[in-house]
Amino acid sequence: MKKGNRKLSNILWLIKMAWRDSRRNRSRLLLFISSIILGIAALVATLSFGYNLQKDINNQAKTLVGADLVIESNRPASPQLLPLLDSLGDQRSQERTFASMIYFIKNQGTRLVQVRALEGDYPYYGSLETTPVGAGKEFRSGRKALVDKTLMLQYDARVGDSIKLGELTFAIKGVLNKAPGRNEISTTVAPRVYIPLRYLAQTGLLQKGSLIGYNYYYKYDAATDIQKLVSGIESRLEKGGMDYETVDSRKKNTSRAFDNFTQFLILISFISLLLGCIGVASAIHIYIREKITSIAILRCLGVKASQAFCIYLIQVAGIGLIGSILGATLGTVIQQVLPTVLNDFLPIQATMSISWLAISQGIILGMIISVLFALLPLVSVRNISPLYTLRISVEPTRMIRDPLKWLLYAIILFFIALFSRWQMHSWTKALVFSSSILAAFLFLAAVARSLMWLARRFFPSSWNYLWRQSFANLYRPNNQTIILIITIGLGAAFIATLYSVQSMLINRVSLSASGNQPNMVLFDIQSNQRADMLTMTKQYGLPVLQQVPLVTMRMEEIKGITAAKALKDSTDSIPNRAFESELRVTYRDSLSGTEKMIAGKFGNPIKAPGDIVYISLEERYANRLHVKIGDPIIFNLQGILIPTIIGSLRQVDWQRVQTNFRVVFPTGVLEMAPQFYVLITKVPSSEVSAHFQQAVIRRYPNISIIDLGLILSVLDDILYKIGFVIRFMAGFSIITGLVVLIASVLISKYQRIQESVLLRTLGASRKQMLIITTLEYFFLGALAAGTGIILSLAGTWTLAKYSFESSFSPKWLPLVVIFLAISLLTILIGLFNSREVLNKPPLEILRKEA
Amino acid sequence: MDTILTVRDLSKTYQSAGRTLTVLHNVNFSIEAGSTVAVVGPSGSGKTTLLGLSAGLDRSTTGTVELNNISLDQLNEDERAKVRNLYVGFIFQNFQLLPTLTALENVMVPLELRGEKNIKAHSKDLLDKVGLSDRLHHYPAQLSGGEQQRVSLARAFSTNPKILFADEPTGNLDSETSDKVIKLLFDFNAEAGTTLIIVTHNTELAAGTHRIIRLKGGAIISDEKRQ
Repeated sequence: MKKGNRKLSNILWLIKMAWRDSRRNRSRLLLFISSIILGIAALVATLSFGYNLQKDINNQAKTLVGADLVIESNRPASPQLLPLLDSLGDQRSQERTFASMIYFIKNQGTRLVQVRALEGDYPYYGSLETTPVGAGKEFRSGRKALVDKTLMLQYDARVGDSIKLGELTFAIKGVLNKAPGRNEISTTVAPRVYIPLRYLAQTGLLQKGSLIGYNYYYKYDAATDIQKLVSGIESRLEKGGMDYETVDSRKKNTSRAFDNFTQFLILISFISLLLGCIGVASAIHIYIREKITSIAILRCLGVKASQAFCIYLIQVAGIGLIGSILGATLGTVIQQVLPTVLNDFLPIQATMSISWLAISQGIILGMIISVLFALLPLVSVRNISPLYTLRISVEPTRMIRDPLKWLLYAIILFFIALFSRWQMHSWTKALVFSSSILAAFLFLAAVARSLMWLARRFFPSSWNYLWRQSFANLYRPNNQTIILIITIGLGAAFIATLYSVQSMLINRVSLSASGNQPNMVLFDIQSNQRADMLTMTKQYGLPVLQQVPLVTMRMEEIKGITAAKALKDSTDSIPNRAFESELRVTYRDSLSGTEKMIAGKFGNPIKAPGDIVYISLEERYANRLHVKIGDPIIFNLQGILIPTIIGSLRQVDWQRVQTNFRVVFPTGVLEMAPQFYVLITKVPSSEVSAHFQQAVIRRYPNISIIDLGLILSVLDDILYKIGFVIRFMAGFSIITGLVVLIASVLISKYQRIQESVLLRTLGASRKQMLIITTLEYFFLGALAAGTGIILSLAGTWTLAKYSFESSFSPKWLPLVVIFLAISLLTILIGLFNSREVLNKPPLEILRKEA
Repeated sequence: MDTILTVRDLSKTYQSAGRTLTVLHNVNFSIEAGSTVAVVGPSGSGKTTLLGLSAGLDRSTTGTVELNNISLDQLNEDERAKVRNLYVGFIFQNFQLLPTLTALENVMVPLELRGEKNIKAHSKDLLDKVGLSDRLHHYPAQLSGGEQQRVSLARAFSTNPKILFADEPTGNLDSETSDKVIKLLFDFNAEAGTTLIIVTHNTELAAGTHRIIRLKGGAIISDEKRQ
């Protein structure tokens, strides 16, 4: 026979043997591989979602922006720039945006909203989606407004009702359902109200010092190279403090934002897949152990070690392929649900179609990773001696002595890192992710091992037989303790961490709103309204906890470096952003309750015009600017330059509901500058809050009010929605854990059946068997859930200490519920799978298993 | 007559619980092609170890094994597997059929491994000879012990091995079935001219061979040639 033909016939024979050998085991093999089906499904669903989203962003990019070009700034365009702004585009629109209070006349409701005063036909692409449909265009024709649907619902308003913005009343022309580039979450945080721009001045809301956004929208009728156009005017815009956005730049920004989001979902899915793969490795390990005799017989008959290995590799690859295809199919079904789950976070209309790329990637990934993990137990096939046919007491090859296993571990880790690198586009992040996964797995495995050691070391010999028998099953040969603690534990850890973090965030805001903490902030109070506002606050019996002046200015020069110089010279350490953003500063001669001096001397009141102005900087802000005490900074206050020297550095506790500042001036400098005030108070109830807000808005419509109670409910809503998404994804890990649990229980059933039958034969009653089984699975479930919760507590503590800088106070009730639910589920699955042993006569089972 | 198996100064030791256990000690013998040999001795005397080493299933600690003029000690595991496939047949006390293969497939495997074609008819013939023509497609679990051992016999002779090692071939069978299997074993041996080495406790079986090697404590205590 030719060499090539011989090779082919050898391969065909191996496939034939793999097929023959799998007889009577196929259902078990499918059960093993079912562990990866959900992981692949989650992965294919999220990958498909990502690809479809990218496609949708590309297709709908113009409707995200609504125009070909947007120029935006937070100050009015300079007279030099106006001709340029008027010359761009074939069609133009402009818009002013700012925060203000809305007042619903019918029911006297008030709320802080984002007002958008619009002129022109914007949006040119997409539309303001309204009810009724034509309202998006018609509101522009008179003193009419579009009001966000969340506000309409919250204040039970109807089309035709009246609202008051500042001094002016508007009729509600329509309900705003969706605006270009907006998602549900951003609408919840800052609901929008559209009015025609020409009525803005009459509202009286444009006071000096108010934070107003200026947007200019352009549409080109003929095809125009916007990027080229923008690069020609970029420097002029920058000099005038204006920013720009094109369809391309929005496309990139949106893609980047959602890349992070889909990356997060894909990595969660990947963890589910890894959990499943551990389940596969464990199942194949036991499968191969059962196959030792068959392999030894084949070796006696002359089968090479490599051939024996290939027979089982073909089986694993085959079931890996089947599992991956099933997973990909399920994933394609699940991806139809994802847009519904994630709808609130999407700024575009998600259209879900079948992504063959995601399907093929999922199948290939599933094949590779299931085979890689299955190879761990499979490589030991090489070492199975034909002597097993004569004596079974051959010493098994220890893992530590088999270098191939270590190589496989290295390949698996490398593959995980490679996959994360593919998703995260950064080796550093990929390595951090892979190491974290490894650390979590090792931690769970170490805990499991320690528990097994402790169970053996401090075995409760005084317990009765049924308890001892079930307790000992935790560490006896063929136990499933480690695998279950890792898979179920990680799933439990996901869910428990989620609950803990969510409650910690809510708790933090709730704490801010409780006790004597301030819970209402009034801002945009003009100088001439200040005294009256003080009186009014006191009339309502409310305390004035703080009243602070705010002056808006920019930095002109830092340590002698101007914005233009900093832009040209990339070697200096001053960030360009320092010059671009507007600063809200205050002036006073003493520290506030949230501040602590760390260097220099605070507050040198200016008495004479020639005195040096010593300012105080927040420590971290000073670090970002790379400045220290004694460095000069020149500020620009509406064209007037104010030279200052850094006189002190402060540490600020930003966590408290209070006005905090990065820059504080001494008294005697800014008193005459255009400014507004912020007043902080505490309202005892929502009724008082509503009455006080109504009174303030009626008298001074320009004043805006932040009600912490409202923020709390908005935060609650957002966290619930985020939590739902994470729970949905973590659900895959939990269900994978349960599938692994079912598979493991079934595998251990095969292992334990002889023993159970023997116990039954020796006279163990059904009740006794039931107790043993229940207790064994209770111990397993409780240990797995307990370990997962310990891991989640460690994770939450780390997040609390280093990320949220908050105290660690976990809510125990949800954790106890998670613990009990997982333990109970484990018991139920264990009992369900053992029902045959419990209910049928021993001989019948033995015959069947034989 | 040619020598098919030569064992020189063969020893085998195991490390067990930190102690060295000598299972075979300085064993020497050679066996002529076509002869039948019984290896007998009490439990733990090293019979099975000797069979394993002689068949190339394991490596000796010291000494050499030459099978069909091939020194097994010089070969790696895969090369020894090839020697087994080409020249060696096995029969085990517990039959050792592949549980997921039918009777016919079990007989075909060694031939398939050689890459031989048109093997089905030959395998069926063999099963017919052992009286199992109506059990071709049964799995081992569906066969009785005697039937399983007959499949094992058909498999062992399917490749016309030069030497056949039988480890307690009647150890798990009743006397009536044992007799049938023994008869078949010797009939095949006579027909194919295969050398037969049988490890056994069964005196009746040993009595039918040309030579009886007695082992005790890992050493040969007698080597009796019979007519």
